[in-house]
Amino acid sequence: MGSDRKLRVLIAKPGLDGHDRGARVIARAFRDAGFEVIYTGCHQTPEQIVSTALQEDVDLIGLSILSGAHMYSFPRIMELLKEHNAEDIVVIGGGIFPTEDIPKLKEIGIKEIFEPGTLLEDIIQWVKTNVKPRGAAEAA
Amino acid sequence: MEIVQKILDGDIRAVARLMRDIDDEIPSAKEVLKELYPYTGKAYVIGFTGSPGVGKSTLVDRLVDKLRAVGKTVGILAIDPTSPFTGGAILGDRIRMQRHFLDSGVFIRSLATRGHFGGLTRSTHDMIDVLDAMGKDIIIVETVGVGQDEIEIAHTAHTTVLVTVPGMGDEVQAIKAGIMEIGDIFVVNKSDREGSRKTIRELRNLVELGLRRHKTEGPPWEPPIIETVASKNKGIDELYEAIMKHKKYLFDNKKTKLERVLFDRAKLHFVGILRDQLFNTVLKRARERGEDLDELVAKIVHRDVDPYTLANKLVERELGDSK
Amino acid sequence: MGKKMFSESALERMEKEYKEWLEVYKKALQRIPERLERFSTVSDMEVKALYTPLDLKDKDYFEEIGFPGMYPFTRGVQPSMYRARLWTMRMFAGLGTAEDTNKRFHYLVNHGETGLSTAFDFPTLMGYDTDSPLAKGECGKCGVAIDTIQDMEILFKGLNLEELTTSMTINPPASVIWAMYIANAENQGFDRKKLGGTIQNDCLKEFIAQKTLMLPPEPSLRLVVDTVEFGTYEVPRWNTISISGYHIREAGATAVQELAFTIYDGITYVEECIKRGLDVDAFAGRLSFFWNSHIDFFEEIAKMRASRRMWARIMKERFKAKKPRSMLMRFHTQTAGCSLTAQEPYNNIIRTTTEALAAILGGTQSLHTNSLDEVYMIPSEEAVTIALRTQQILADEVGVANIIDPLAGSYFVEALTDKMEEEAMAYIKKLDELGGMIEAIEKDYPQMEIADSAYKFQQQVEKGEKIIIGINKFPSPKPDLEILKIDPEIEKRQIERTQRFKEKRDKVKLQKCMDELRRRCEGPPCWENNVMPALIDAVKAGATEQEICDLYRDVFGIYTDPGTF
Repeated sequence: MGSDRKLRVLIAKPGLDGHDRGARVIARAFRDAGFEVIYTGCHQTPEQIVSTALQEDVDLIGLSILSGAHMYSFPRIMELLKEHNAEDIVVIGGGIFPTEDIPKLKEIGIKEIFEPGTLLEDIIQWVKTNVKPRGAAEAA
Repeated sequence: MEIVQKILDGDIRAVARLMRDIDDEIPSAKEVLKELYPYTGKAYVIGFTGSPGVGKSTLVDRLVDKLRAVGKTVGILAIDPTSPFTGGAILGDRIRMQRHFLDSGVFIRSLATRGHFGGLTRSTHDMIDVLDAMGKDIIIVETVGVGQDEIEIAHTAHTTVLVTVPGMGDEVQAIKAGIMEIGDIFVVNKSDREGSRKTIRELRNLVELGLRRHKTEGPPWEPPIIETVASKNKGIDELYEAIMKHKKYLFDNKKTKLERVLFDRAKLHFVGILRDQLFNTVLKRARERGEDLDELVAKIVHRDVDPYTLANKLVERELGDSK
Repeated sequence: MGKKMFSESALERMEKEYKEWLEVYKKALQRIPERLERFSTVSDMEVKALYTPLDLKDKDYFEEIGFPGMYPFTRGVQPSMYRARLWTMRMFAGLGTAEDTNKRFHYLVNHGETGLSTAFDFPTLMGYDTDSPLAKGECGKCGVAIDTIQDMEILFKGLNLEELTTSMTINPPASVIWAMYIANAENQGFDRKKLGGTIQNDCLKEFIAQKTLMLPPEPSLRLVVDTVEFGTYEVPRWNTISISGYHIREAGATAVQELAFTIYDGITYVEECIKRGLDVDAFAGRLSFFWNSHIDFFEEIAKMRASRRMWARIMKERFKAKKPRSMLMRFHTQTAGCSLTAQEPYNNIIRTTTEALAAILGGTQSLHTNSLDEVYMIPSEEAVTIALRTQQILADEVGVANIIDPLAGSYFVEALTDKMEEEAMAYIKKLDELGGMIEAIEKDYPQMEIADSAYKFQQQVEKGEKIIIGINKFPSPKPDLEILKIDPEIEKRQIERTQRFKEKRDKVKLQKCMDELRRRCEGPPCWENNVMPALIDAVKAGATEQEICDLYRDVFGIYTDPGTF
């Protein structure tokens, strides 16, 4: 009954590194900001991430990666989202990225990259400003 | 409606979005559910309940292997609690089912309780209908598993599996205290651990006691106690067989058993809808008169009125005659 | 008792004068109040303004502090400590191909490094070969890729493996990589009895913190015990487990949590080895530890001093060890990667220096100092050199290595050492009550404790209660990061090399070796079924890392993180 839509967010770690401190901290911060967070943990393939995002109907995918394999996994995820007509899902990344990779990642559609030292409050504010829960699915 | 056809065709995006609309109580979702209703009623619903840490998700994960091996498609609803303080939730059950992420025969959806008590979400029955309409043969509902009041699942699932582990002495007490009746099948997971024999013995005593105490119409069902080690894939075949046996029992006793299950579920579903609708109608009309729920509550707090009189007044005024 | 450090009369006077001082202090605060509402360590342990003999009034020097090289080893594991031999300067290295890393090893040895330390890439750490689809994009990124014994041969080419000690940071596939190391060394004519080094091989902390997950806890432990057992009889100079707090701390644990969970992991390994039938005094001397040296100077020193005393007591009292060697805790230390910032990276040199100093004052046996760029990349040669020079300056110029345990007797350091032990022992009691570490891991208990601490720390940073220069005080923009590029071509080349290697193998011989390995894995754990001899044969016959790990996964199953919150 006109209740506010909940923002649904997927937090996932592509690649083989297991450093989930950041992913866990951000998952908690998002929960405390009132979002519903689907957490799938480490070692997710791009295919698994996209499949989860679709089934869970998330508004936002937060990818955490520290292994340096982002130039493989991020483009692949964007490609799969496109294949499934799900480009409306906002994708952001957190972790360690060479400066020169950041424009490349933005070019393929990653909306924002959060680097080490970013405050949780800033990330949450960014999400609240830039990610809106989608409208009702058409019933026509 | 185009969306109805998409759901019936099993379109993942359409299903996922409809589920979200249902959870968010978007009015258009109800219209879609009305259209879908004739296509529901085919799926078999299995409930999994038990305390956190007993391995429900892992058990579900393994059972899905088995169900897929025999050619069944599966829908899973995994429920986690919403934080009462922030309204947010972390839904992590999927993590233990990731082997099935890429199987198009499996659809997994994580749900947050959003303030609903009883082990399920307010939307669970509708979600089951959607999975049913999209053609899933088996629907597994994994309850929150935090309270001892998780009885809704018993009125929802065809077969309810109650999971426990050895060494949880309090657990058996809890089962004794109330939730004994809801289990059609008991699972002692992690049964390779110390104390397993004792837990099984205690459960067996409880089952026998329960059978003597609760005579129901029709032939009795003696809940089997299955030992599993989900992490090592042990006992999963036995669990599957037990579920199939219970299913056969329900279908062999259509009048006294199967229809009872379906009746209970429909009633819980309908009463929930009716209650919500009445509640929302009354509040909406009150709001139209400029009366806000919080303001009404404030009156009670200040002892301007007692809650009974106020509720009575509202219902009478908005819905006509009420005693 | 008569063994107290201070006489009754001295303490009486102390009490009186301390109270007088407190009044003076309070008055002074009326003029200039304290900077903070609450003073606490980076782990959020509250500290007082002043410590005096009153804080040590019940202390028994002989029982609790003692002498270096003697029980309970609070003051160090050797009688002479750094006056005789400095700690081993051991810099973690691994990048790109085996050839590249071999070059870095030679460079470090030529610059005075005394021990090698190998970083493997993620596919190797997870038990996948470079040609696995799961390994795409990862080859050589955070370490060296080792698929076969051939890669191992290239990695250590031209290095004397009987003189240098080698540390290898590898966990679930540790038995496989160790077998490759031994097999290669033997192929090069070295004697396995003379090989020295360490495999990390600490599967428990993987479940708790680092999440390099492969097998479920029980079979993981079985493989660890196999390596300990094999080492005890066959490779007696090797440290078969490096029981690691480092990653637990990096995951966000407090110092006390790092101490408690790591020591409890140690307890679990000892219990498992005893269950196998090993005599505690036969193997305990080869267990080593690995601590994180974080930014809070005294807390780290106290943690390290407490850790030695705790381990000595546990080995003596809980496990009835008889040899002093079994009771002494030797450890490696690495400065805290998580304390570094990408902002103003040169500040990291100062952080690392302070942390290294704490490790030395804490009595470490070997030390890795992080490079200033380590927070975002595999260190450049220049950065590694500065980090190594940091250790050399501390060793030879500053003078701290000339006195044994110079901070003993500091009222604060001793009191903090006691507090660390007391709080860590409370955790150990709790873990005992939960039924041991495996049970606790399955309940997600240590994982949750750590995640709570990590979140709390982050919130303190956001509120400005904990300061990180360049982040929440004097914030500075992140500079452009020029990251050492790993040529994507190396992935292709590595895949080709592995595939060529596979084609050349004697398939029949290899299959026989793999069958024997499977038979041992499926059998009950015991010396006759110890996997190590079969592994050495298998890698000599050309088995790849993944082929063996796939066999493990097939026999033992796969583990996924419980992932609760």
